[in-house]
Amino acid sequence: MLRLDGVTVRFGERAALDAVDLDVADNEIVCVLGPSGSGKSTLLRVVAGLQPADAGRVLLGERDQSGVPTHRRGVGLMFQDHQLFPQRDVAGNVAFGLRMRGTGRAEAERRVAELLELVGLPGAQKRSVGALSGGEQQRVALARALAPEPRLLMLDEPLGQLDRSLRERLVGELRDLFGRLGTTVLAVTHDQGEAFALADRVVVMRDGRIAQAGTPLEVWRRPASEFVARFLGFDNVVEATVRGGCAETVWGEVPVPPGTAEGACRVLVRPGGVRLVSAGEGLACAVTARTFSGDHVVVRLRPAAGPELEAACPLGGAPGVGDRVGAAFVAEDVVVLP
Amino acid sequence: MTPSDTTGARRPGPRRTATRLGLMAVPLAFFGVFFAYPVAAIVGRGLKDGGQWQFARVGEVLTDPRIGHVLWFTTWQAAASTALTLLLALPGAYVLARLDFPGKQLLRAVVTVPFVLPTVVVGSAFLALLGRGGLLDELWGVRLDTTVWAILLAHVFFNYAVVVRTVGGLWAQLDPRQEEAARVLGASRLAAWRRVTLPALAPAVAAAALMVFLFTFTSFGIVQILGGPRFATLEVEIYQQTAQFLNLPTAAVLTLLQFAAVAALLLVHARTVRRRESTLRLVDASRTARRPRGAAQWALLASVLAVVALLLILPLAVLVERSFDGPDGYGLAYYRSLASAGGTGGTFVVAPLEAIGNSLAYALAATALAVVIGGLAAAALTRREGRLVRGFDALLMLPLGTSAVTVGFGFLIALDEPPLDLRTSWILVPLAQALVGVPFVVRTVLPVLRAVDTRLREAAAVLGASPLRAWREVDLPLVGRALAVAAGFAFAISLGEFGATVFIARPDSPTLPVAVARLLGRPGELPYGQAMALSTILMLVCAVALLVLERVRTDRTGEF
Repeated sequence: MLRLDGVTVRFGERAALDAVDLDVADNEIVCVLGPSGSGKSTLLRVVAGLQPADAGRVLLGERDQSGVPTHRRGVGLMFQDHQLFPQRDVAGNVAFGLRMRGTGRAEAERRVAELLELVGLPGAQKRSVGALSGGEQQRVALARALAPEPRLLMLDEPLGQLDRSLRERLVGELRDLFGRLGTTVLAVTHDQGEAFALADRVVVMRDGRIAQAGTPLEVWRRPASEFVARFLGFDNVVEATVRGGCAETVWGEVPVPPGTAEGACRVLVRPGGVRLVSAGEGLACAVTARTFSGDHVVVRLRPAAGPELEAACPLGGAPGVGDRVGAAFVAEDVVVLP
Repeated sequence: MTPSDTTGARRPGPRRTATRLGLMAVPLAFFGVFFAYPVAAIVGRGLKDGGQWQFARVGEVLTDPRIGHVLWFTTWQAAASTALTLLLALPGAYVLARLDFPGKQLLRAVVTVPFVLPTVVVGSAFLALLGRGGLLDELWGVRLDTTVWAILLAHVFFNYAVVVRTVGGLWAQLDPRQEEAARVLGASRLAAWRRVTLPALAPAVAAAALMVFLFTFTSFGIVQILGGPRFATLEVEIYQQTAQFLNLPTAAVLTLLQFAAVAALLLVHARTVRRRESTLRLVDASRTARRPRGAAQWALLASVLAVVALLLILPLAVLVERSFDGPDGYGLAYYRSLASAGGTGGTFVVAPLEAIGNSLAYALAATALAVVIGGLAAAALTRREGRLVRGFDALLMLPLGTSAVTVGFGFLIALDEPPLDLRTSWILVPLAQALVGVPFVVRTVLPVLRAVDTRLREAAAVLGASPLRAWREVDLPLVGRALAVAAGFAFAISLGEFGATVFIARPDSPTLPVAVARLLGRPGELPYGQAMALSTILMLVCAVALLVLERVRTDRTGEF
């Protein structure tokens, strides 16, 4: 459906996109994940034709899009801050794309009603967009983007401004909706939870380049680099030397998956893989902080040497600040980074 | 193009530049033919003798003590008028921006009326209040029309709205939470105002002060009527040198002098305006006003209302009263006598009432011209970048400060031969009036055009709208109201234009202001009463235009 072929965009000296290759298959939901300034939004703008590429090609359905103006590309884009037309009511906004395609009035009205129903705002046709809450505006923006049935729907931080519970519900609804409509989706977000929940495939970007691409599970389980690991919130990273099926670190010996190449590397231990044992066993640590995190508690540990590390423990039996504990590492939660 | 701008960046391609040049072509041609050419012609006529430039005349004129006196008076009365206007109008700006009280909309409209009133009406109103046989004369035997106070007060009357609209418009949109944030950080009420609000307002105050200085520096109608033989501004002097003494060389030098002064002022203005466009946290103006609290705020509100009543409403009320105060008691005598040419003792070859029709027809044509030309210019100026744009922007402001008398007289001597022999054409008057209206149209429409988010157009494009369609669907509806307001302004300004029209309006088809001035120039009770009656009519027409305009007022106030 969509293919980017070595696409480069420069703003002055800085490359916002640096030779990016990306494929999105029909009916696939791809989420581009990255910190702000990593080039995510520029990627969407290049595909929409709002930003010319300095090098490389954008292909939509096998056809090169260079020279095709935005309004003839047949893609949809939902802007981060919605960009609803302030002088039109909700129906006027949703029907805009239909009018551009010359859809008849009756047909357009039917579609608008259908879409508003779909996004959970039935009967909102005559409301002014200025009077809508942030979440409602987002729904109208989504309905407006869906109305002309674009072959590729692009979402810029689709759920950014919603509160948590609404967001979690909408992620599920959206996945459902896109599945039913068979929409191909390219979304960008800085929120990993959103990306992992929504996407079939996640693409992590850094400084205009793709740092890792894969299914949410792959990326979560096997971050390809320290950058990706830290971006996903994994901070237990330490220098290591692999020798004989074990990594030697300042934290002591850390087990590594079988078949790991010998030599210098870095290892990541996911917080879930740091098990607390009684003081005197394992790595001796002092507890420096305790953060309640829903169904578990994150405990921050300071070992005698080396960087601090985090451990996820069950709600009951988490140590308090100042306690002395031992830490042991579970092999399956250890990732070897290049 | 800044490298940090990652979302909105777009290179201005050759096509974009071509479009912009195309948009500029019509306004540029208009200004070239109907502004630069006539002004150049009159300057050339004055300074050339037998094909030789006579620059020695410049020195002669500038060292003339009479001219020195005029220049000094022009400058100090403008400075004094500006200071007085700021002093009286800034509290008004605060009250209209930050306080909420019943009748606020009405007060806002009342305050704006004087600005669109013809200078001739303002002159007659103050004459009726302060002049010979005026209200103060009758009550206490006080006459101010021979003093400079009449001029200064009339200037405050006229420019009160400039300060209230420019400063108050911004003040109302400043987020009060900024001040609250300063208070929470330990600043006293005064310190918070001084350190947070004042710096944010300063550019607007400076811009308003410069506009008032500009308007009063080039003041013509008011000084012509209230100045008597003692006081003359440069503009009045140019008029006298041109129309009475037929001394073109002196008039040409004075024109150049005024031109230079105005260009310098506009340069400063352009800088302050650019600073004003720096990012401020603006919010919806309707949410920042509060009911007055405490004695101080009530006292402020009362004093503002008193100033408005005494300075803005009273002169107009007296004007209306005089127009009904006929020789046989109150009645419509003066109005009736306007209906026939005979009733004016030979001042007119046609009935003065016909001037209403003339004025309306001229003003409609001038408005159409100003909206089309100003609209095109604003469209060309929408994107800020580039020296070309800034230069064009400044050029458009020039007619505001150039001697209208020079433009009018320039029309007569420059547009008198084929292919541009327009001397006998009716279009001459609307052309001159449109010239003054265009800057107002640009200043009103441009901020709105610039405020349209580029991404709204992009949203339309993504939904399948071609660039032209996106402009029609997104820009036009948003700018439509601003265009209507601009048209209202242009209409009111055309109605009241006096300096240029007085030269080019034909004797058999005078406009309202010209007719009023002619009546005021004649001795006797009848012409005076007729002038008051005609001024009242003119005021009503302007007020109606303004009321229509207030109806469609945009949320975002323009720069006037």
